[in-house]
Amino acid sequence: MKLTRREYIKSNAIAAAAAAAGITLPTTKALAETQGDESIRWDKAPCRFCGTGCSILVGTQKGRIVATQGDPDAPVNKGLNCIKGYFLSKIPYGRDRLTQPLLRKSNGVYDKEGEFTPVSWDEAFDIMAEKWKEALRKKGPTSVGMFGSGQWTVWEGYAASKLYKAGFRSNNIDPNARHCMASAVAGFIRTFGIDEPMGCYDDLDQSDTFVLWGSNMAEMHPILWSRLTNRRLSAKHVRVAVLSTYSHRSCDLADNELIFKPQSDLAIANYIANYIIQNGAVNEEFVAKHTNFRKGVTDIGYGLRPEHPKEKGAKDAGNAKASSPIDFEEFKAFVSDYTVEKASQISGVPERNLEELAKLYADPNRTVMSLWTMGMNQHTRGTWVNNLVYNIHLLTGKISMPGNGPFSLTGQPSACGTAREVGTFAHRLPADLVVMKKPHRDIAEKRWQLPEGTIPAKPGYHAVLQNRMLKDGKLNAYWVMCNNNVQASANMLEETLPGYRNPENFIVVSDPYPTVTAQAADLVLPTAMWVEKEGAYGNAERRTQFWRQQISPPGGARSDLWQLVEFAKRFKVEEVWTPELIEKMPEYKGKTLYDILFANGEVNKFPLSEIQEGYENEEAQHFGYYIQKGLFEEYAGFGRGHKHDLGDFDTYHKVRGMRWPVVDGKETLWRFKEGSDPYVKKGAGFEFYGKPDGRAWIFALPYQPPAEEPDFEYDLWLCTGRVLEHWHSGSMTQRVPELHRAFPDTVIYMHPDDAKKRGLRRGMNAKITSRRGEITTRIETKGRNRPPRGLVFVPWFDARRLINKLTLDATCPISKETDFKKCAVKISKA
Amino acid sequence: MSNKEKKGGQQQEGITRRVFLGETARGASVATLVGVGLWAKAETAHTLPLRHIRPPGALVEQDFLAKCVRCGLCVRSCPYDTLRLGKVEEPGVVGTPFFKAREIPCEMCEDIPCVVACPTGALDKGLKNIEKAQMGLAVLADQETCLNFLGLRCEVCYRVCPVMDKAITLERLQNKRTGRHAMFIPVVHSDHCTGCGKCERACVLTEAAINILPIDLVKGKMGKHYRLGWVEKEKKGGPLAPNIINKPLGQWGLDP
Repeated sequence: MKLTRREYIKSNAIAAAAAAAGITLPTTKALAETQGDESIRWDKAPCRFCGTGCSILVGTQKGRIVATQGDPDAPVNKGLNCIKGYFLSKIPYGRDRLTQPLLRKSNGVYDKEGEFTPVSWDEAFDIMAEKWKEALRKKGPTSVGMFGSGQWTVWEGYAASKLYKAGFRSNNIDPNARHCMASAVAGFIRTFGIDEPMGCYDDLDQSDTFVLWGSNMAEMHPILWSRLTNRRLSAKHVRVAVLSTYSHRSCDLADNELIFKPQSDLAIANYIANYIIQNGAVNEEFVAKHTNFRKGVTDIGYGLRPEHPKEKGAKDAGNAKASSPIDFEEFKAFVSDYTVEKASQISGVPERNLEELAKLYADPNRTVMSLWTMGMNQHTRGTWVNNLVYNIHLLTGKISMPGNGPFSLTGQPSACGTAREVGTFAHRLPADLVVMKKPHRDIAEKRWQLPEGTIPAKPGYHAVLQNRMLKDGKLNAYWVMCNNNVQASANMLEETLPGYRNPENFIVVSDPYPTVTAQAADLVLPTAMWVEKEGAYGNAERRTQFWRQQISPPGGARSDLWQLVEFAKRFKVEEVWTPELIEKMPEYKGKTLYDILFANGEVNKFPLSEIQEGYENEEAQHFGYYIQKGLFEEYAGFGRGHKHDLGDFDTYHKVRGMRWPVVDGKETLWRFKEGSDPYVKKGAGFEFYGKPDGRAWIFALPYQPPAEEPDFEYDLWLCTGRVLEHWHSGSMTQRVPELHRAFPDTVIYMHPDDAKKRGLRRGMNAKITSRRGEITTRIETKGRNRPPRGLVFVPWFDARRLINKLTLDATCPISKETDFKKCAVKISKA
Repeated sequence: MSNKEKKGGQQQEGITRRVFLGETARGASVATLVGVGLWAKAETAHTLPLRHIRPPGALVEQDFLAKCVRCGLCVRSCPYDTLRLGKVEEPGVVGTPFFKAREIPCEMCEDIPCVVACPTGALDKGLKNIEKAQMGLAVLADQETCLNFLGLRCEVCYRVCPVMDKAITLERLQNKRTGRHAMFIPVVHSDHCTGCGKCERACVLTEAAINILPIDLVKGKMGKHYRLGWVEKEKKGGPLAPNIINKPLGQWGLDP
């Protein structure tokens, strides 16, 4: 038994005081803690928060988390955590944790305008099933939908996708990753034909150059940033360039800080490509062997409602992805327009900073890693700017090698593992298959043992479209799971909330806490979180990490998986499928969706005895088989042998994650390069096998202005984002008192001159208004973010000050991802 | 403007009540103290307890106590309820203003209303720029529990500092334990730290690792017999002894 000196003094002091007072203490605090340590069970789990995927050891005792620690042996974080990770043990224990279903009722019956009233799960599912069936009967499968999550476990996303696409035959399922990574996905698919980064975190220890294109890694990927910083400190030649529309904490490390006008990153990327060509820095052999040149269509609009003036004239809006082949000379001519003078004029970045950046990319003796997140993805030309950064790496051949490559960082813990790999998007199926392609649907239908034609060919409503369709009354039965979309989606007063409160609609929200979204719902389902269930997440470097259920959820809370699978029992196939479809597989007659989708001989083939002894697995116990294993193995069948190989279920429970493709038990660190990727043919050197001819595409795409720009009245840019202390909408971190104290309320980060001009000072309350809404909060002119004149930055974690009342629901027309980084606002004294 | 007046009005009401209670308490306290035989303790409680911080511009403690008339106007003028008056049952001098950083730190109002309100000069009217205030000094006292010294990414104290990048800067060190991460170590600079206490308030530890302490307790003082060469050189803008030749000499065995 060990006591630190301080604890020793403390315990003795308490004992002495107790003795003096004539009291016998049952045991001192220090003693209790130390004795207790021996009975703590420690087991691994990835962190619940960002896409870094730090590994945690969770300490449980008598069914409660008593402590956590960073796993000292985990390759991702070596025992470290950020300040959110430090408080992981507190997130399940907020005082207002939901423990029973709540249905809006008046006089004992469901009423959309009623008060939330506790109901049983049976009653909750009864009303849900009734509403789903009513919608299906009246308007068909397109009237039911779901908004899911990059924070779902792999099997939750898989079960949801299957329930919707195969069960309800509706592709109206989309994840919140649409707000987050969709442009990165579209960029990958367009350039490489296959999703997710080629490199891995090992690049951070080896690169000579780091270029941040719209990412504040210092706050949003804290542990990766400390790794990048260590590389900068350990080698004198290493350079860091940071591109951003405002100065932030990552700029501290920058050798070259480039503060550009919103949207002008397009011009900067084209200038760099031009510089590379003009200065003979093209890796000609690489370009000749491994790339094709394309020119994309350009009149693609801004993803607004079709009646919006900006959409009406956009002739390519319906086919925004289209491109045609060109050759190198045509590409060269195209980018030759982007001289340093022009790039500087569009971006406002001094010419010498631009040249310095271009030289880093052009230097043949320098490895370069480009990193980005929301600055590039939440962008009305998000797909384009992803493509343009790939151009630079492809022209120089700086890709798929240690320290060399573009690296799109993910925001969410399983944006890669669940949203992208499982394919919970409105157009996707597992392993990069898509619903639009018949052969892909065939693969899925076969694997799922479904009649041909079950999965609809038309992509469903994406995130923004779901909100619009709810408002328009075309989407009527809607389930929101594992996200807080009323707080998170843009233009919430005009385009989100109206759909939730539309009397034609029935809205269900599953969440551990009463979020803004839950409060806008008609039925709230109490949900198990994190280690209250067995799970798997996939992080930004393609690392799939598993954990076991380590504590029980409180009260009647149930996991998303349990909810999804249990709900499937409520539907007879006749209530959902057409008679013609059932006729193709008459053996399904009279069965439930549960029987067809989950008790299908695959998902239910692993017995309970395979669950690790000593661990709870409440869903498995409930359904009578090891459901997580069954779902995972069925899902993994999509990718194995098809360049998306996942390892074996049981192995994942033993190791600290593996980076896919996992072939012959070995993980892949750098894809597309011979020697480090088992799928690249011998002698090929590189092979971008996502494309039929193995060549990646270099795109000619121009700079175009954003959807909304400041004008005389709305004279400032608004950019929104996160802070280190809070995770997304704050539904978990705002319930940790220490994190709340560290950053309680959102603020308006503003240039002091802009504040002064409006008679405002630091600390004063100010009203920030756009054409769509307003909030009031305090001005900060000296804090962590230092915007240039003309731009303000407001974090969106604060549920009491919803900045998304102001933002514009313009999207990238290709990726359908909202641009949360640019709209016009004005600010005045409150 | 009307908002401000209204707010002021509310506070006036509040302070009246508070002063009234204070007076009553003071009267009652004499009896209580005598009653429990702690009179002697009250007599000696003249020094400022360590965690009590005087408002901005406060004179050195002895002079402050001589000038402060315990009127409470500074407390009334504080828009954030940071300042309060010492109570009888607390250590410290009854009726004098102070704040505790861990509870409510000073928000560093640009117009320093507490100093403006002080009728006696116990809070120095010469303080016009709040960033020149020296209420105390932040000391990252415990490097064993500070998460940044352990390599975790916290730096909350740094980010809440109203004089960010001046009063607290981050020093980047390599994390020898992991061999692949950097540590971001908060370093306090007394030239700029006002002692507002935001850092202590925000420290996420159960007991704060960074604390506001009286400057005289914390600050060392170098002997006048030694100067820092690099500082002096920078101050002067060139070498102090300009006649020394600053020319590389050849070295045996190497080309000049």
